[in-house]
Amino acid sequence: MTEQAMPLYEVFIRPKAGLSHKHVGSLHAPDDTMALQMARDVYTRRGEGVSIWVVPSKLIAASDPADKDMLFEPTVSKVYRHPTFYDVPDEVGHM
Amino acid sequence: MYAQALDQKDRAPSVVEDAEQLARFEARCAAEEKIEAKDWMPEAYRRTLIRQISQHAHSEIIGMQPEGNWITRAPSLKRKAVLLSKVQDEAGHGHYLYSAAETLGVSREELNEQLLSGKAKYSSIFNYPTLTWADMGAIGWLVDGAAIMNQIPLCRCSYGPYARAMIRICKEESFHQRQGFEITHTLSKGTPAQKAMAQDALNRWWWPCLMMFGPPDGESQHSDQSTRWKIKRFSNDELRQKFVDAMVPQAEFMGLMIPDRDLKLDEASGHYTFGTIDWSEFKRVLSGDGPCNRQRLKARNEAHEAGAWVREAALAHAEKRRLRKAATMMMAAE
Repeated sequence: MTEQAMPLYEVFIRPKAGLSHKHVGSLHAPDDTMALQMARDVYTRRGEGVSIWVVPSKLIAASDPADKDMLFEPTVSKVYRHPTFYDVPDEVGHM
Repeated sequence: MYAQALDQKDRAPSVVEDAEQLARFEARCAAEEKIEAKDWMPEAYRRTLIRQISQHAHSEIIGMQPEGNWITRAPSLKRKAVLLSKVQDEAGHGHYLYSAAETLGVSREELNEQLLSGKAKYSSIFNYPTLTWADMGAIGWLVDGAAIMNQIPLCRCSYGPYARAMIRICKEESFHQRQGFEITHTLSKGTPAQKAMAQDALNRWWWPCLMMFGPPDGESQHSDQSTRWKIKRFSNDELRQKFVDAMVPQAEFMGLMIPDRDLKLDEASGHYTFGTIDWSEFKRVLSGDGPCNRQRLKARNEAHEAGAWVREAALAHAEKRRLRKAATMMMAAE
């Protein structure tokens, strides 16, 4: 194989107006324009979206799964960050 | 399709895994947690998945050929549009699956090379010819029907990227099966010649479809480990039985005969018992000696070579634009 490898892109699709873009998968393409066209063909054949983002995968910085506990564990114990932590007397009604 | 991949011997040297990490991994699998690309996994898990997912992807890509054969000869514009969409879906399925395989650290170029050189396997079913229009019905109804039986449990596979790809695929596969059933049903209600054509297609595709589920459980390699790691949820024979039980009443509804004299309903269990599968044919087709193996690989290689200049031109164009943009920015900065 002497062929040059095609760059990898991550694909994000907005399913409908008002919702945020969501990661749906990846693809290989020579440039942004073709990545968008291919994302349309590969990921939106049944009206799955109204807008597409493509991002070269190498530009994404990701957290290390090994750091999961260090990063996210501290918030698990902070129950006071949720509204259900607080008592509101029934007489006050809906708040 | 695609359980076939699990039944090959793993020839790679075994790696001694860290016992503690392996135990943690197996506990996660047992707890139905999803394993993601960057998570620790045993080498055998990675290898098994790369092999299974890429063979599944290759099957989708080669699977475009038997049906592509009929696009220009579909009997109506509606049938032609449907068949085009189906073949396009198969290209899409191949893409989702290659992407999932790549998350395990194998490159698209390597996977492509394995297919083109004949080193990688794909589902045995695509090495049978599509002789008449009724074969488009049989492929959708039976082949995709068998594929769905295999694929639905894969939506719950422990490997996240594969499971997510399978969810998309299963949604689309359901259209494939229904359109195939509709073609077969339409033919079965047509002229005697049309009905005979549907029956002939069923006669030719039935046994190869039963083989799609892979060798009988007793001969299947790897199943224990794959089951423990939640890659495989049902055995080959369980899935094959499900398929037969689902298909026989549908064939009866259309007035078509399953080509198996030993087929009968076992009242006690509620399952159909069926005749002996010719496993020598399965082995022959899988090892490269089916009716169309050479033709399929040749067509794939020709398509890849014919597209080489397009890929090169697209990359050269992208590079030229990148350099031009960089030069413009440099000038603007000065």
